[in-house]
Amino acid sequence: MADIRNNFVGIKSPNPFWLASAPPTDKAYNVERAFRAGWGGVVWKTLGEEGPPVVNVNGPRYGAIWGADRRLLGFNNIELITDRDLQKNLQEIKQVKKNWPDRAVVVSIMVPCEEDAWKAILPLVEETEADGIELNFGCPHGMSERGMGAAVGQVPEYVEMVVRWCKQYSRMPVITKLTPNVTDVRRPARAAKNGGTDAVSLINTINSITGVDLDNFAPMPTIDGKGTHGGYCGPAAKPIALHMVAEIARDSETYGLPISGIGGITTWRDAAEFMALGAGNVQVCTAAMVYGFKIVEEMISGLSNWMDEKGHRTLDDITGRAVRNVTDWQYLNLKYLTKARIDQEKCSSCGRCHIACEDTSHQAIMKEKDGKRHFEVMDDECVGCNLCVNVCPVEDCITMIALEPGMLDERTRKVVGPTYANWTTHPNNPMRKSVEPAE
Amino acid sequence: MSGGMLKQGIAPGRLDAGQYARNFSDLHPALDKHEAHVEADRCYFCFDAPCMNACPTSIDIPMFIREISTDNPLGAAETIFEQNILGGMCARVCPTEQLCEDACVRMEAEGKPVKIGLLQRYATDIAMAEDAQFFTRAPETGKTVAVVGAGPAGLAAAHRLAMHGHSVVVYDARPKAGGLNEYGIASYKTPNGFAQAEVDYITSIGGIEIILGQELGRDLTLDRLVETHDAVFLGVGLGGVNALRAEGEDDGADGLHDAVDFIAELRQSTDLSGLPVGRRVVVIGGGMTAIDAAVQSKLLGAEDVTICYRRGQEHMNASSFEQDLAASKGVSIRHWLQPKRVLSVNGKVAGIELEYTELRDGRLVGMGHLLTLPADQVFKAIGQTLEDETAAGLTLSGGRIETDAEGRTSRAGVWAGGDCVAAGDDLTVTAVAQGRDAAESINRYLSGN
Ligand SMILES: Cc1cc2nc3c(=O)[nH]c(=O)nc-3n(C[C@H](O)[C@H](O)[C@H](O)COP(=O)(O)OP(=O)(O)OC[C@H]3O[C@@H](n4cnc5c(N)ncnc54)[C@H](O)[C@@H]3O)c2cc1C
Ligand SMILES: Cc1cc2nc3c(=O)[nH]c(=O)nc-3n(C[C@H](O)[C@H](O)[C@H](O)COP(=O)(O)O)c2cc1C
Ligand code: SF4
Ligand code: SF4
Ligand code: SF4
Repeated sequence: MADIRNNFVGIKSPNPFWLASAPPTDKAYNVERAFRAGWGGVVWKTLGEEGPPVVNVNGPRYGAIWGADRRLLGFNNIELITDRDLQKNLQEIKQVKKNWPDRAVVVSIMVPCEEDAWKAILPLVEETEADGIELNFGCPHGMSERGMGAAVGQVPEYVEMVVRWCKQYSRMPVITKLTPNVTDVRRPARAAKNGGTDAVSLINTINSITGVDLDNFAPMPTIDGKGTHGGYCGPAAKPIALHMVAEIARDSETYGLPISGIGGITTWRDAAEFMALGAGNVQVCTAAMVYGFKIVEEMISGLSNWMDEKGHRTLDDITGRAVRNVTDWQYLNLKYLTKARIDQEKCSSCGRCHIACEDTSHQAIMKEKDGKRHFEVMDDECVGCNLCVNVCPVEDCITMIALEPGMLDERTRKVVGPTYANWTTHPNNPMRKSVEPAE
Repeated sequence: MSGGMLKQGIAPGRLDAGQYARNFSDLHPALDKHEAHVEADRCYFCFDAPCMNACPTSIDIPMFIREISTDNPLGAAETIFEQNILGGMCARVCPTEQLCEDACVRMEAEGKPVKIGLLQRYATDIAMAEDAQFFTRAPETGKTVAVVGAGPAGLAAAHRLAMHGHSVVVYDARPKAGGLNEYGIASYKTPNGFAQAEVDYITSIGGIEIILGQELGRDLTLDRLVETHDAVFLGVGLGGVNALRAEGEDDGADGLHDAVDFIAELRQSTDLSGLPVGRRVVVIGGGMTAIDAAVQSKLLGAEDVTICYRRGQEHMNASSFEQDLAASKGVSIRHWLQPKRVLSVNGKVAGIELEYTELRDGRLVGMGHLLTLPADQVFKAIGQTLEDETAAGLTLSGGRIETDAEGRTSRAGVWAGGDCVAAGDDLTVTAVAQGRDAAESINRYLSGN
């Protein structure tokens, strides 16, 4: 049996599945339910400074986009940090941690970008005996208008400064939560590292408008005829999050910095992918909000079954395993040739591969043979682009077959060589490095 | 069970009042919006879609399904009606399991085709409920066309001709328009007066006058129609019924009926509890009419209903879906039995004597063994024929009017389509396609190109 116990910057939990700081972790009632369902840890919904709490809109605060059968694909919110009293939250955190000593309880914090504000709140949180803190530098709406959240996360100098205060005034592990609303996520990550952060977590939500109400010509969700950009998350955000996690994991300056992966994680497989790209554990928000806490059972069982099947014993066996395979485009092997192959047994002859390749790609799929409807790849035209694979509605019906060295590429009429060669040495590259001494 | 079931002979009121309503309600309940969207999402939007090629009217099925999935049901309805103005009826009566849905790539792949018929109904129902009209008439051409028969073929022809600006006069022998949509199709496929609503929807384009109670051969002659109109379209269906060629058939015993007459009466009945049906019913035939007569007898409360067909199951014209439907309603279907003698007692049908059959060198022959089934009522459903006077002077082929690919008959200026032509295949949708295509041919002829 695979051991899926998690130790993230010294914070221990029975599994790597935490609930991200959001409505599912806003109060003891929810967190107790989550722990009973099996979640390994929570990052408590972000706390603000002492005083009258923030207020939320009283109209709709969520929006979404859907796929077939109204399966939710993308989720958006304009909610702020906790709108509950600070003391109440702190009492509940303390009680919950006491009730569940084996689970991780991390407290998310966002206070104004002033030293005193941080200095004031940190001891209060420490007093709850929570396992650590997460700095919310990500909230992209509302709070950022007040100079907090993403407004801090977008300025590496601020990130570094606040992290430094936290390390200075607290003995708790510090996780810095990054916003994806930046051009290069490595810069705030490096700043957090320089400030002394124990880990980063990402991503927070992405600036977005989920849709426009065409009856009122207003963005959605619509509050009394107006809307504002919200934070986007859920399955549609996962590819963006994966990329950002990978960039930090392979960056020479932040290499080895622990990462808590967040963004669209819905199944054990999503979690395993984040971990393979360098995440030490994962956090989940939308999937829990859509399906309830019970999904963690599937995540736990799916992850351990996959690990057993593959012979991975602990989470360390998988964390970061894919990082070395993330590279720059220029290092991809241009001698690697593939051709699409249609499994005629599986083909339903819907013709989508044909029309996709015909209209928008390389005219490489025939639509009939001997006067009959028939879809087959013509190797002399196929560039191996994978479009047909992606549009085919039948799983595993079209696969990409790599040409072995010595085989003929019918498109170029050249024999596939055994060598590796990338763009850096390609003759068409004006900036190429020569492999052999110039003659 | 209602006590009425046990009444001897042919009797009305076999069921409780509420049971009639339940038995004759919609066979396939309509999809609601969510169901329609879920189903529409199953469609792959195939290239050169096989479903479309299998539709006799060539409706652009992937396009209308995509329009449904993008919440554009009126666009979907327009896509359907462009090809088939009776798309609403076809959505209800087409044997989709033999046509579009059989060709659907998801049928081949997983045995579960996209529910094209129900989606078509979803879109057309919305458009018809809103009376959304998609077609307008071209400027009046001053030409008039006579259409004989207000069935699917005639109505489709009339609509297309009206669209092209011609004036259309539709003559029909019956008191109501619609043809077999009104008098033939099983009532649970088209309840709630849909056939008449559809006639109104079609004719609201304008330029179509329907004159009822006018029978070609009795009130009208083809010569006269040709003289007084610029063109004539015949969509007269098949008015005659094949004989059993069984002993006792012409004795006039009570309880021997043409299935189509029984069905027409049923379709026109406003109170099904007043409609008599036998306790034991035998239906002779193997097509849609036999199935419909048998199922509806059962639904009226007949205790014991048997279809006897002279060949094997695989030879039946009724689709396997129809056969299963009959079986699910408690009808038994027996094969390899041909009628020999109608038995009667005191002028009333008492049973039918049948002979076992087999195929010998590809020919159907009686084996000499006999079987007697007791029955109070026997329905003949062994096919309809063209009534001679309706096609006077036209060349026939296989007992039906011969036409070319455009629907032209042997007589200049006369077109034909639907069940009455040799190319017909006894399907509503084929009648619509032929009516529409003949109208296009007539239009080309009238506009001189
Ligand atoms: C019981 C039964 C059930 C059926 N079920 C189905 C089904 O589920 N699905 C399906 O696709 N098809 C079904 N069919 C077949 C389908 O109804 C026909 O193929 C279709 O109606 C043919 O259309 P049509 O316009 O050619 O003829 P019809 O619908 O027969 O219309 C002909 C019209 O011409 C009129 N007419 C006839 N003679 C004259 C005359 N001399 N003068 C003036 N008017 C005349 C008639 O009154 C009638 O209105 C069924 C048929 C029957 C009998
Ligand atoms: C309704 C809602 C409220 C959120 N509130 C917070 C918050 O208070 N603090 C925070 O750090 N992140 C907040 N988030 C971001 C989530 O913690 C998480 O980073 C993001 O939703 C991506 O993960 P997911 O795709 O699993 O939802 C919120 C997200 C949602 C949907
Ligand atoms: S891989 Fe690309 S080029 Fe080759 S057949 Fe598929 S779509 Fe066409
Ligand atoms: S897309 Fe897939 S199923 Fe469809 S024709 Fe191509 S290979 Fe066959
Ligand atoms: S064949 Fe089936 S999946 Fe393909 S377009 Fe037609 S209905 Fe859609």
